[in-house]
Amino acid sequence: MSDTIDTGKRRFLTAAASVVGGAGAVAVAIPFVSSIAPSAKAEAAGAPVQIDISQLEPGQLLTVEWRGKPVWIFRRSEEILNTLPTLNDELRDPQSEQTQQPEYAQNETRSIRKDVMVMVGICTHLGCSPTYRPEIAPEDLGENWKGGFFCPCHGSRFDLAGRVFQGVPAPTNLVVPPYHYQGDNVVIVGEDAQGAA
Amino acid sequence: MSMMDWIDARFPATKMWKEHISEYYAPKNFNFWYYFGSLALLILVLQIITGIFLTMNYKPDAELAFASVEYIMRDVEWGWLIRYLHSTGASAFFVVIYLHMFRGLMYGSYKQPRELIWIFGMLLYVVLMAEAFMGYLLPWGQMSYWGAQVIISLFGALPVIGEDLALWIRGDYVVADATLNRFFAMHVIALPIVLLGLVAAHILALHEVGSNNPDGVDIKKNKDANGKPVDGIPFHPYYTVKDLVGVVVFLFIFSLVLFYMPEFGGWFLEKDNFIPADPLKTPEHIVPLWYFTPFYAILRAVPDKLFGVIAMGLAIVVLFLLPWLDRSRTRSIRYRGPYFRIALVVFVISFLALGYLGTQPATFLYTLMAQIFTVLYFAFFLLMPIYTKFDKDKPVPERVTTK
Repeated sequence: MSDTIDTGKRRFLTAAASVVGGAGAVAVAIPFVSSIAPSAKAEAAGAPVQIDISQLEPGQLLTVEWRGKPVWIFRRSEEILNTLPTLNDELRDPQSEQTQQPEYAQNETRSIRKDVMVMVGICTHLGCSPTYRPEIAPEDLGENWKGGFFCPCHGSRFDLAGRVFQGVPAPTNLVVPPYHYQGDNVVIVGEDAQGAA
Repeated sequence: MSMMDWIDARFPATKMWKEHISEYYAPKNFNFWYYFGSLALLILVLQIITGIFLTMNYKPDAELAFASVEYIMRDVEWGWLIRYLHSTGASAFFVVIYLHMFRGLMYGSYKQPRELIWIFGMLLYVVLMAEAFMGYLLPWGQMSYWGAQVIISLFGALPVIGEDLALWIRGDYVVADATLNRFFAMHVIALPIVLLGLVAAHILALHEVGSNNPDGVDIKKNKDANGKPVDGIPFHPYYTVKDLVGVVVFLFIFSLVLFYMPEFGGWFLEKDNFIPADPLKTPEHIVPLWYFTPFYAILRAVPDKLFGVIAMGLAIVVLFLLPWLDRSRTRSIRYRGPYFRIALVVFVISFLALGYLGTQPATFLYTLMAQIFTVLYFAFFLLMPIYTKFDKDKPVPERVTTK
């Protein structure tokens, strides 16, 4: 046995042990990081919901819960549908080019059926739930207000197709969830016609 | 051999006592502004003790949380006192911390060689904000719920990973039981441990370089024959006694709030938080607690989601950079030139104005004002290298002064 110290060997062994130990530490971190992701139970609670809309009057808004979020279903009158295209110049994304809706809702009214609107009632700014303000030109929203949704948190404005106005904090249109009809009067929120979302 | 000798041979008790208390020489000219460090420590102890007793009756469960807090308030013996001590203590903590930080700004306590004290202090401030934010979710009232919803959604603004990150933090598609449970874990154990570690680092760094003072004079330059600073006095008994006076005055004011107005007109406990959390209904007007409102106003002032979040983050990041932004050699405001004095006044006004605007609805006029004050807030920091360099500072005396 020699008295000289092989520093190269020491450095190699230290480095090799550090790399292996480091990899082990990362591997151990994975279960901890994963454990706080949504659990199987939380994911199961995201199952689709059925809503009967036969009693829904024009102008009436129904709020249902899907994945813990409010989903709005409301019936639009002919008058409202005629107003929608006139707002296009004031909107950020009038043609719904951003993917905030399934393909089958990427149209002028952002819906499958023109008269029935389905969307998630969560502001795309910071997750508040906007209030439904269908009245025309109320005092607090100004004379140009043609009916829509107003977010009380930070003043974002949306029209009755959930399209965002320019100059407000919310960056995108409201989200249209995957949904389809079963017969004429039952909406299934949470899955496309072909199956799961 | 005395008992103390026996211990000292095995544990450095006397050595530590001398180093940090009985023979820690602090400048003799400390004034009113030097109470807030020890008061912050007092409140930390208060929060830990009241917090421990609150966990004995609180239930971190979305179904039970709101009712368990009301149970503490109504049915637990003295529960109302322990809960109000904790909630009033949280606001008092921020009052004291803001005054403590302002002291640092006035007297240049962040400047070389105390940069690390400032960095540790800033980390304490950030962790304290996280601690307060997570604690506020626990009563599971409307404001708890929607405040958390808004703040967690901030992470969703980040490109690409944002939405997944927000989902991971919440542990569900919206703020839910999973979120409450993990915030409880963070609030009662993880963050307090970090806080205690940072407090130790903050104080060790302070005792390594020595305390600054209202004159910004380096007392270590002037030592007597025994190597003790001429302008220094031992922390104990001189400053322990002085701080006790501060504690008495503080507890007097604290008790007035605690016993006569624990909700402080909706500022310390918001009115909407006495309504149980409802995931389907946002309160009319979401306001964070007062100590977050300056940053909230900055967030709202920017009419773009991502840039709003970035501006809010930067408002805190610039504070960390203070030791390097300030190019003046003079520490104390007493000997600083007019530029810095004016800048500091503008900064304080901007910070208070933003704090007020953050509590108000975002009308056109208020948003415009918030934008102006946001610019002034950042101007204080970003222009600092220029105005501190060309400022006309006065000569700093050799010895500390006592007025």
